[in-house]
Amino acid sequence: MASEAKKALFEPLVSNNPIALQILGICSALAVTSQLSTSLIMCLALTSVTAFSNLSISLIRNHVPSSIRIIVQMTIIASLVIVVDQILKAYAYEVSKTLAVFVGLIITNCIVMGRAEAYAMKNGPWNSFLDGIGNGLGYSLILIIVGTVRELFGSGSLLGYQILPHVADGGWYVPNGLMLMSPSAFIIIGLTIWAIRSYKPEQVEKPDFEMQNAHNAPAHGTGGSH
Amino acid sequence: MKNLIKKQGGFLHLPNDNIVKTIVVATLLCLLCSVIVSGAATLLKPKQVANKLIDKKSNILSVAGISDPSKSVDELFQQIETQVIDVATGEFTQAVDADTFDQRKAANDSAYRVDLSRDADIASIGGMSRYANVYLLRDGESISKIILPIKGYGLWSTMYGFIALESDATTVSGITFYEHGETPGLGGEIDNKKWQAMWSGKKIADSSGEPKLRLIKGAVTPSTPDSEYKIDGLAGATLTSNGVSNLIKFWMGEDAFGPYLNRVRENGGRASSAINSKTASNSKTAGQG
Repeated sequence: MASEAKKALFEPLVSNNPIALQILGICSALAVTSQLSTSLIMCLALTSVTAFSNLSISLIRNHVPSSIRIIVQMTIIASLVIVVDQILKAYAYEVSKTLAVFVGLIITNCIVMGRAEAYAMKNGPWNSFLDGIGNGLGYSLILIIVGTVRELFGSGSLLGYQILPHVADGGWYVPNGLMLMSPSAFIIIGLTIWAIRSYKPEQVEKPDFEMQNAHNAPAHGTGGSH
Repeated sequence: MKNLIKKQGGFLHLPNDNIVKTIVVATLLCLLCSVIVSGAATLLKPKQVANKLIDKKSNILSVAGISDPSKSVDELFQQIETQVIDVATGEFTQAVDADTFDQRKAANDSAYRVDLSRDADIASIGGMSRYANVYLLRDGESISKIILPIKGYGLWSTMYGFIALESDATTVSGITFYEHGETPGLGGEIDNKKWQAMWSGKKIADSSGEPKLRLIKGAVTPSTPDSEYKIDGLAGATLTSNGVSNLIKFWMGEDAFGPYLNRVRENGGRASSAINSKTASNSKTAGQG
C-alpha cells in the first residue's frame, strides 16, 4: 500500500508527467508562464484543486451514478475552482488580476478531469489525494522550468528581481521579446520533452508506421505501373 | 456527513443507476457545493472589497504620477482631494458624501442614473451617474492635476480607467485602465505602460473646448499634422482603439465632464482654486457633521 502511495505521488513527476508525457494542460502552461511568480501561484492553485477534487470524488466514487459521473466531477471541480479564485482575490489580489480568467479555466484543465476520471473513480481517498498532489507537482515542475526560462531571458529577471541588467538601463543584456510571447512556451516545453525522453527512452512513442525500403517491400500488384 | 450516510444506509445500497438515487445524489451534491461556494464568497467579501478600494486608489495615484514605495497607498492618497460634481452643471455638489460615493454603483442606481439617448451615447455605456467623482491633486492653493474616471465599451468589454489632466484642463498628464476584458496582447495592450506614456502632453480639446483627441492608424510623430490631438492606435485592435477614442470623446464632451472642464478653463487656476477651497472647507465641515 505504501508503495502504491509512493507511486501515486512521485510517478507523475518525471515518469508519467501530465504535461510532458500525457500532453495535458498545455493551454495554461502557455498562458501564465511569462512570469515566474504567476506560474508559481498557478501551480499552487492547480495542485490544490487536483488534490481536493481527487479526494472528494474518491470519497463518493461508489455512489456516483455512471450516467451523470462527468457532471458530478465537473460540479465538484468547478466549486473548488471558485473557492480558490475567491481566496486569491482576497489574499493575492495583484496576482489574481494577472491570472484573470486562467484560474477559472482550471475547471476545463484536462489534468484535473483526467485524474478524476482515470484515478479517483477507481482508488481510495488517500491514494487519490496523493495522486492529485503528484500530478499537480508534475505540472508545477514543467511550469516552473518554462516560467524560469521565459522570465529570465524575456525580462532579465526572476520573481521580479533584476538578474541580467538591461541595455536600456546601462547593462549588457538585450531582452528576448519572443520569450514573452506564448509560442516560446511551446518551444521550451518541446525541449523539455526531448530532454526527458533522452533520459528515459521508454517514453518515446512507437512510430505509427514505418518507412520501408521499396526494393525489399512485398510487391503490391500495380504499385509500379506508372 | 457520516450520520447522513448511516441514516440513508438503505438508500445507499440501491444500485447506482437507480433513477431515484441518481436524482438524490445530484441534488445533495448541488446543495453541498452551493453551500461551499456561497460560504467562501460571503466570508471573503469584505477582504475583496478592501482590495478593490486600495487598487482603485493606487490607480489614481499612479495616473497622477505619485509613487513612493516607502508609504502605504492610504497615506499617499491623503494628498488627493476627492470631490463630487453635478455632471450637468459642472459644479461641485454636496448632495452626496464625496468619500463614500461610488460612481460605478450609482450608474446602475435608479436614484442617480441618467439614461443616455442613442445619439449621445458615444461610448456605448447605456447610462451614467448624475454625479461624478473628481480627484484633485493640489500644489498649495492651486490645482496641479485633475483626475477623472472614464469608461467605455471596447471590443468585448467595458474598459474602466482614469485620465489625469494638467491644471489647464486640456493637457493630458496620464491615463490608465484598471479593468477591462480586451484580448490579451492586442486590445489588452491598453495596459501597456509604454503606450500609456504616449498620452502625456497631448491635448484633449482645441480652444473651443470641443474634444478632438483620438487614436489613429499608424505612428504619430511630432511632424504629423495636429499631432497633439492624435495618439498611435493599438496594432491589431481597431475596435478597442475606436472604443478608447469614443470614450475620450464622450467623457471630455458636453454630456459628461465638458461643463466642468470648461468651468476650470474659464476660471483659470486662481478662480477655480477659490471655488475649490470653499467647497473643500464645506466638505470638511460636512465630514465632521
